Amino acid sequence: MSLTIIKPGLLDTIQDLGRFGYSSWGINPGGVMDSYAARIANMLVGNEPGEAVMEIHFPGAQILFEQNALISITGADFTPTLNDDERITTWRPIVVRRNTLLHFPKWQYGSRCYLAVHGGFCVPRWLNSYSTNLKAGAGGFEGRKLDKGDELPFKENSIYFAGLLKDSREYQPLNWRVDTGKTYQLPHEILFTIGHEWSQLTHTSQQDMMENNFTIHPFSDRMGYQLRGVPLKRQQTTELVSSGVSFGTIQLLPDGQLILLMADHQTTGGYPRIGHVISSQLPKLAQLRPSDSIHFSMIDIPTAEELLFSQEHELSIIQRACYDHLNQLVC
Amino acid sequence: MGDGAATIDLGNHLSESLNGKVLAMHQWLEQNRFEGLKDIITAYSSLTILYDTAFIKNYYQPSAPVFEWIKQRLITAYQQSGDFVEGTPVRHRIPVHYGRENGMDLDALARQKQLTPQEVIRIHTAKVYRVYMIGFLPGFSYMAAVDDQIAQPRKDKPVAVPAGSVGIAGSQTGIYPFNGPGGWNIIGRTPMELFNAQAENPVLLKAGDEVVFYEA
Repeated sequence: MSLTIIKPGLLDTIQDLGRFGYSSWGINPGGVMDSYAARIANMLVGNEPGEAVMEIHFPGAQILFEQNALISITGADFTPTLNDDERITTWRPIVVRRNTLLHFPKWQYGSRCYLAVHGGFCVPRWLNSYSTNLKAGAGGFEGRKLDKGDELPFKENSIYFAGLLKDSREYQPLNWRVDTGKTYQLPHEILFTIGHEWSQLTHTSQQDMMENNFTIHPFSDRMGYQLRGVPLKRQQTTELVSSGVSFGTIQLLPDGQLILLMADHQTTGGYPRIGHVISSQLPKLAQLRPSDSIHFSMIDIPTAEELLFSQEHELSIIQRACYDHLNQLVC
Repeated sequence: MGDGAATIDLGNHLSESLNGKVLAMHQWLEQNRFEGLKDIITAYSSLTILYDTAFIKNYYQPSAPVFEWIKQRLITAYQQSGDFVEGTPVRHRIPVHYGRENGMDLDALARQKQLTPQEVIRIHTAKVYRVYMIGFLPGFSYMAAVDDQIAQPRKDKPVAVPAGSVGIAGSQTGIYPFNGPGGWNIIGRTPMELFNAQAENPVLLKAGDEVVFYEA
């Protein structure tokens, strides 16, 4: 039970929901950029939401399924295609026959997609997580991005899905798909709560932050998004000693530009923390690309929490629905 | 820190007593963990926790926002923890090859400080340093405080720095665990391994440890 990388992509890694508990050693949580898409990818194929998935950037890898597999692809749409020209839909479970080639010929939407296989990828855990930490060279598949010839075994199956394949076909999409609701709507409208150093911004800069658009610079990656926009100023430029930061923290650089910390951010930082993108919008942020613009609006923490709870509620409904659908299929 | 993290900041400066309190709070929180606590980041004078907001909402069902509940936990940790972690700190003796190809900035630093390179080495090896925090990279140690005679701001531009490099930035000294870009003034290099992913204990230095450098 495995798949093989026939041709490597730009940056394809094994990730899960993050490696928590080691920040005080300087080991960041990492994990998937878009946890909403990754969790649903797992739910669609009957896995626990935190199973290891493959995070794929564009251009993506060419992947050969050595065995029949129940898969799903969520998040960005890079036109996932089987063999020559069988285009498959995202956010949907699909049974693929052995010796089928998956590739991503054309970018349509988003920044990273997630491939889940029923059972999950069989890679060792490092410090309780499957996530690849490229800095440490550990976790995921040999601590590195996937390369030509890499063979990724799957864990045991619990669902017999091969019977769903019709004789003549290479694949069989199952007849349900997930509606992502509000999660990716208004992609450029980003909500934040104020950070510890927000009050140090001049009044004008506070207004500038919310009245202007900021553009994502090409020097943006899994560590952080550099933004370009009207420079912001602090009333006084006291040096800060380094302190903890997290996924979504908005920092002010000395040149007045902003940086948004993403999944592979460092554990600590010494730049002023102007704000924090709310958790329920990190998936949306993770799908933005260089040259996309962002418009910030401020909300308070209780409202941010309510938005998160409603997203979590939606995810629990999706999880139950996926479970029920798969159960009906195998019973 | 948003809707999934919270920081308690004890004051924006580098002090042994503030850092001692931070580490004592860390220890207290580890010994009195609550469900939904995901991670703890200790820094010079602040402690940040990452928490699972939705999980805490369901598990503890607080009537107020989860953030208020977290805030109370942090205040309790502050009140109930001691002033510092009890017991004798672990002390590491770290050999360093100073200067030349191992310490590309030693001569320049000595010139600017009107010292000889040998005097810089003598001053750097004369003190016991405290590890205040680990951050930036896995296992990167922020130690302090170097003597004012050799304190030097970081360089304007980061350059390629090999693993094991020992540097000075302001009153801090530290060791790079990996090859990579770095802006600290590099005065030497240690052959010791600061990080080993496969070891049971991947990180050599921990916050609260003590370090003495000696000339290899």
